[in-house]
Amino acid sequence: MATTESRQAILDRLTSRVVDANPLPTIDPSRLTTFEDPIAKFAEMLAFVGGEAHQVDRIEEVREILSKNPVFADATRIASVVPAAIQGNVDASQVDDPHALSSLDWVIARGEFMVAENGAIWVDGSTLPHRVMLFIPQYLAIVVSRNEIVSNMHEAYQRIGTPKPGFGVFVSGPSKTADIEQSLVLGAHGCRKLQVFLVP
Amino acid sequence: MGALPIIDHPDASREFVTNKARSHWHDEALWFVRSKRDKQAHSVPEWEYLREQASEVKTHTIANLDRYLVEFEKNATAMGATVHWASDAADHNRIVHQILKDHGTLRIVKSKSMLTEECGLNHYLEDNGIEVVDTDLGERIVQLRHETPSHIVLPAIHIKKEEVGETFHTHLGTDKGASDPQYLTEAARGHLRGKFLSGEIGITGVNFGIADTGGIVVCTNEGNADLGVSLPRVHIACMGIEKLLPRHQDLAIFTRLLARSATGQPITSYTSHFHGPRDANSELHIVLVDNGRSKLRESETFRHALHCIRCGACMNTCPVYRRSGGHSYRTTVPGPIGSVLSPARDSKAHKSLPYACSLCGSCTDVCPVKIPLHHQLLAWRKELVGQDRMPKSKTVPMKAASYLFQHPKLFALAGKAGRTALRWLPHFATHNRLNKWTIARELPLPPKESFRDWYRKNRG
Repeated sequence: MATTESRQAILDRLTSRVVDANPLPTIDPSRLTTFEDPIAKFAEMLAFVGGEAHQVDRIEEVREILSKNPVFADATRIASVVPAAIQGNVDASQVDDPHALSSLDWVIARGEFMVAENGAIWVDGSTLPHRVMLFIPQYLAIVVSRNEIVSNMHEAYQRIGTPKPGFGVFVSGPSKTADIEQSLVLGAHGCRKLQVFLVP
Repeated sequence: MGALPIIDHPDASREFVTNKARSHWHDEALWFVRSKRDKQAHSVPEWEYLREQASEVKTHTIANLDRYLVEFEKNATAMGATVHWASDAADHNRIVHQILKDHGTLRIVKSKSMLTEECGLNHYLEDNGIEVVDTDLGERIVQLRHETPSHIVLPAIHIKKEEVGETFHTHLGTDKGASDPQYLTEAARGHLRGKFLSGEIGITGVNFGIADTGGIVVCTNEGNADLGVSLPRVHIACMGIEKLLPRHQDLAIFTRLLARSATGQPITSYTSHFHGPRDANSELHIVLVDNGRSKLRESETFRHALHCIRCGACMNTCPVYRRSGGHSYRTTVPGPIGSVLSPARDSKAHKSLPYACSLCGSCTDVCPVKIPLHHQLLAWRKELVGQDRMPKSKTVPMKAASYLFQHPKLFALAGKAGRTALRWLPHFATHNRLNKWTIARELPLPPKESFRDWYRKNRG
């Protein structure tokens, strides 16, 4: 069946049977959990999902902290969209084909805001030359302002507002799997570690 | 797809159940996941409120599905996506294949999608000369072993790490005898990197479609869906029509419930929102699939099953699933929700599934969208008896019991005979292969008198 015929057939079946239902409910914000110290909750939840949060007072500290990490010190290909923190040596905006980014060791991305209840960070795809940069590097660091935080997912979606064409993702911890006998392994296909830097 | 053979759950589960060590191991593995789910659910004070909201949103959406699908199509198209409609599995497979043909594609990478599994997409494409690589680690393991997933969230939950080691030794050249999950995952990571880089088109399922924005949301922990569709220029997203949510803000409810119910995580590692294709040179195709869903919507009794967000919580908690294994259901979606959905598709082929249930009600308690699962399983039994689909071994004893209960004197006599027999019968008379119930049980010692006798003596 052609897709137009299928479309009509599906819609006909759906309209031929009228089903009564209540109108859409509205969430009552007073029923939702909020946190007095959302930053502390965020750091706790991020640790729970296998990520690391670092509170820094100056953005230069990002480099100082990462430099102490032997994997970062050995990294040869780094792309960054937060040059104030780390000046990368791969300019992803000059890359045409995202396949060329397959050998990236480290990516420094920018987060728009954090969610305390689950340790997630909202990353807007338009801040990156290629969205694969979030998924293809061996290691990922996200820099986010510590003032940009919400308690729960309801506040998060309110904050995102009406989406524009494009891509956005909540990142919560590194890539992981437990498909082999429920043993948790970090670094399935995406980043092996996730570092989050909370800057002023 | 052709008609499936009729398979009774008790027969199909025999091998798994009689392997006591394996059955116990499987039970423990799932109980571990169930316990993690409990911890997460209890950490959210408004958990019950969220379940109610989710249920109300779903009830409203399914009732107005035609309207929301049209709205979704309009908005997704405005975002630059191409929307296709598929009446059934064959339609779905043809549409996907046509897109691949249009691009001269011979290799695809696919993230986990129970819908494509339901439609038999892998086999269809492979028969048409296309290499299909499942990129979810569990699904890749199952694919290399020429098996099917036994669980919708944990596809390889039935396989031991030593067996994964053997499979990887054969196919990926890992060390013989290796069984360390970290080592095996690393090997799969390397192997699948190559597949990701050579994939010409990425296929994903859809966790949520959003009517008022035209966007789709895909949730994974491994990041395989995102990697798979961020390298090639074409992304095909296959979506059951029931996966729709009316408003962008509704995602808040469902992203809070999904991962907590599924694996006991506060949210999946990656919750990706796609609004239109990547750029002007890329394509996003969304295939909306009915395949029996609109028919299920017509049923007053079973309509609520369309609320399902495929979290798997009902299987993790089900005492029958945990001990009999997912393959014993012989369906894409096993466990309690599968036992409701499958007879709706073909009540003859799946007539034994509503009986693979002890009516303990645990599935109903954990369901994040409040599907009254065990009530529906009971309703199915009634339906199946009405359709005359029951074997004599079930209907004859029921009729006999009914006769007995309608004749008090006969009932009293039978009771007396039973109490005497249980006291005097030698062990071999009750414990033999004719009585399956006593395979692992002792019979109770009966009381000397019946309640009726006691009542006549003391209260009469």
